[in-house]
This record gives sequence, C-alpha cells and structure tokens, in this order.
Amino acid sequence: MLNYLISGISLGSVYAIIALGYTMVYGIAKMLNFAHGDVIMVGGYAAFCAGTYFGWPAPVAVVFSMCICTILGILIEKLAYKPLRNATSLAVLITAIGVSYFLQNMALIIWTSNPKAFPNMANFIPSIIVGDITISSTTIITIIASVIIMIALTLFTSKTKMGKAMRAVSEDKGAAQLMGINVNATISTTFAIGSGLAAIAGVLLCSAYPNLVPTTGSMPGIKAFTAAVLGGIGSIPGAMLGGILLGVLEKFAQAYISTQLSDAIVFAALIIVLIVKPSGLLGKKIQEKV
Amino acid sequence: MAKTLLKVEDLNVYYGSIHAIKGISFEVNEGEIVTLIGANGAGKSTSLNTVAGLLKPKTGSIVFKDKNLVGIPAHKIVKQGMALCPEGRRVFLQLSVKENLEMGAYTRPGREVADSIEMVYDLFPRLKERYKQVAGTLSGGEQQMLAMGRALMSKPELMMLDEPSMGLAPILVDQIFDIIKNLHAHGTTILLVEQNARKALAIADRAYVLETGKIVNSGSGKELLSDDSVKKAYLGG
Ligand SMILES: Nc1ncnc2c1ncn2[C@@H]1O[C@H](COP(=O)(O)OP(=O)(O)O)[C@@H](O)[C@H]1O
Ligand SMILES: [Mg+2]
Repeated sequence: MLNYLISGISLGSVYAIIALGYTMVYGIAKMLNFAHGDVIMVGGYAAFCAGTYFGWPAPVAVVFSMCICTILGILIEKLAYKPLRNATSLAVLITAIGVSYFLQNMALIIWTSNPKAFPNMANFIPSIIVGDITISSTTIITIIASVIIMIALTLFTSKTKMGKAMRAVSEDKGAAQLMGINVNATISTTFAIGSGLAAIAGVLLCSAYPNLVPTTGSMPGIKAFTAAVLGGIGSIPGAMLGGILLGVLEKFAQAYISTQLSDAIVFAALIIVLIVKPSGLLGKKIQEKV
Repeated sequence: MAKTLLKVEDLNVYYGSIHAIKGISFEVNEGEIVTLIGANGAGKSTSLNTVAGLLKPKTGSIVFKDKNLVGIPAHKIVKQGMALCPEGRRVFLQLSVKENLEMGAYTRPGREVADSIEMVYDLFPRLKERYKQVAGTLSGGEQQMLAMGRALMSKPELMMLDEPSMGLAPILVDQIFDIIKNLHAHGTTILLVEQNARKALAIADRAYVLETGKIVNSGSGKELLSDDSVKKAYLGG
C-alpha cells in the first residue's frame, strides 16, 4: 500500500515536471505544445549519448541534455510555431503534432527502434529503508527535483522582472508590447525553460524506466498534459498537484484494479474533474474582460 | 514656435481589406494637448495604435522627435519616449497594482523604478492604498487610474490616451480630466482621443475631427467648440 503510494508519487513527480513545461507554454503562448513529450525523449537520448558514448559523468550529461533540449525548444518555437502566431489554434495544434512525429522519426533514424539501456543518473544518494519499505535513491531524487523546480518556477514568475513580464504577456500581448516587453523573446524564453525542464524529466523518467525508445516521451507527455489540465492549465501548483495525483492514481489502479485499465481510469478521472470543475483543480476562474 | 514632436503624414491603415485610415495627416507640438474626436468606428483607436506600433500602416510616415517610427516594433517605441494608455484600460488583471506599475517601467533601469512608483502614488493615492491587490479587483475608475499611472511609468514625453473616461461615472470623468490637465501642466505633451468631445475640446489646444478614416475638420479647441457642424454632430446640437 505505502509502496504503491511512494512509487505513485515518484512517477507523479516526473509527470509534474513535464506538466510544468506544458503549463508554462500554454499559460504564456496560449498553445498546446504537443511535441513537449518528444523533447523529453530527445533529452533522454542526449543524456544517454553523453553518459554511455562519451563517457561523461552524470551531472555533465544532465547539463548537456538540458542544453540540447533548450536549444531544441527555441528552434521548434522559431521554425514551427512563430510563423503561426496569428493562425487558428487548430493550425497550431496540427503543426505541433507534426513536430512530434518529426522528432520521433528523427530519433528513429539516428538511434533506431532498438531500446537503449539508460544508465541510472539519479542514484547518487543512498536509498532509505524504513521497516520493510525501501525508498529508492531515484525516487528520492525525483521527488526532491520536482519540488525544487516548482518552488524555483514560482519564485521566478512572481519575483523576477522576466517572470512578471511572462505573466503580463500571458494576459495581453498587445498591452505587454506597449510596456516595452518583447513578446517574441518572452515566448522564446518560455519554450527554453519548458524544454530545459523536459530534459530533466527525461533523465528522471529514463532512470526509473531505463528502456529508451523513440516513443518513450509520447505516453508520459500525454499523461502530463492530462495532469496539467487536471490541476488547472496555466497554474504552476496545479501542474504539480495534477501530476502527483495522476501518478498515484495510475499506480493504485495498476495495483488494485487492472494494469490494462489503468490508463482508462486515469483519463476517466480527468473527465470527472473537468465536469465538476471545468477550469481544473487549481485553475483560475476565467475572467470576463469588461 | 514650439517644436513638432509627432508628425503623421498621409497614413493609410488596413485591417485585411478594410481601409480603416484613409490618408490622414496630423501633428502634435511639444507642450500641446491635441485631441482627436469622432464617432464610434471613425478610426481614432486605429490611429493611436498605429502610432504606437501595434498596427503597421500600409503607407505613410510617423515621425516622432525627427525619427521615422514606421517599421519599428511596438516594444521598441516606448523607449523613444511615447506611451499609449489603450482603450478599455487593458491593465494586467492578474498582476498586482504595483506589478502593473513595474511593467510600465519595463524599459527603464531598475534603480529608477521605486521613485517613479512613488510619483504615481502621489498622483493617485488610491493606487497606493491598493498596491498589493490584483488589478482585477479594482473598480473601473481605479483601473483607469492604474492604466494611466502605468503609462506614466515610462516617463513619456508624449502620452497618448484612448478614451480614458469611457464607462466612468461623471464625477470620475471630471477627476480624469483634472489629472490630464495636471500631467500637461507638469510638461507632458498629450494626444487625447475622447468620446466626450465637449470636455476634450475644452482642454485641447488643437483638435482634429475624424470621420470614417478621414480628417474632415481641424482647428483650435475653442474654434471647434463653436463650429456648427461639430456642434451638431458631436456636442448634441
Ligand atoms: N481588429 C479589427 N479588425 C477589423 N476591423 C477593425 C478592427 N478594429 C477596428 N476595425 C474597424 O476599423 C474602423 C475604425 O475602428 P476604430 O479605430 O476602433 O474606431 P474608433 O476608435 O474611432 O471607434 C471601424 O470601422 C472598425 O470596425
Ligand atoms: Mg476607439
């Protein structure tokens, strides 16, 4: 019982980090970056290459992976989304799906579909054993990482000039420009942050589930998106809460109901929450502009 | 003779195929209050938004302090010394009063911001009382004050105001006009768009009348206040 809770929180923490990326980008650029999950996969491969092929130590591999993903995120935004800034949201969504397949296929060409055995990069502290329960080092690192990231993002958006500008852009791009805020640069920064986080999520995810394939990012990506919506898309604590709830729910469903049905149960939970509270658990009420 | 601060010449602006501004020219001299009046849909907001860089003109020039602004993105125009307080206020509803003011000073060095905020608080004591509140909880009048205070935070030489009295109770309208006069007395040049033509003309040095994207009349505020066609169309007879 407690074991499932812990592994649920651990998985949920990874969802939370991915969901934070979704929520940041949605909150500021008002678009669903469906390729976000595949950036995670690229982050996984980047860290894998750095660790296994180049023989770099884990921290260096993680930083390398973050750099790759940050650049990738900025490029995706510049090349795929920026030209569509004034297009319909459907066009943007289709483009995002296109980017997602593009990344998966590029990974397939470069790394083939043979699974790569990912070296654990999140086990540099000892496990904790309490009675007959073992909390693995990876689990502890994952949970700590997600909490630190959430706190850092909250401080960033509430205290820094750039963070406040992001919130201003998220509300009214035109008014933000009138303040002298460079909206394109702000959106670019948001993608950079979200993608850098995706790299961390990729490393943590692959450390816990070491089979790395080109589709590694898709399912966690979709689940994290669900988590972001569940918690209230656009809300940082919402992404965190949604991610952890989803992870715990998934693990419990697997343990007590059915492994096959666990995904269906997770999505059913989302639907119920959205019926009761359409803006998600911690979502802001949609304010009418007067 | 005062220096020309803003000179707009033969401006044409389109929304897709809609020709909203049809070759207008006007100018604002240093130290003046100039007003654009006109019916709903005449193109007043389109004119201001184009000057501020939010819209791109098809042809024409916008020269501010001897520099052509056409083609410069909106976020770089603020730095030239021009601020637009947009129609409908458009304060950031989820940011606090203080954060809204900070955004107004986005292009200025951090160390100057605190002083400017105090200056705005002196002008609008209500904002000081509510500095922590998110702007969405302010009343309409308070939001208008915040929008004006926010625009002032960039220390503009030219302040453009788009319908600052819209939707406000008469007593607040008077207050807003007092503040505009006050800003002007402190050396800010003002370009004012108003639906309240009588009040706007009363404080304006000069005025232009806009009708379906064209300037059809212009003169000093006094002249237009007693102009028959203006009286009929905008001052209720
Ligand atoms: N975003 C827009 N898209 C298309 N047409 C617009 C848009 N905004 C304004 N217009 C049109 O341009 C004309 C001028 O509008 P506007 O500048 O808002 O007038 P005013 O501020 O004088 O009321 C109107 O005919 C209006 O319908
Ligand atoms: Mg208007």
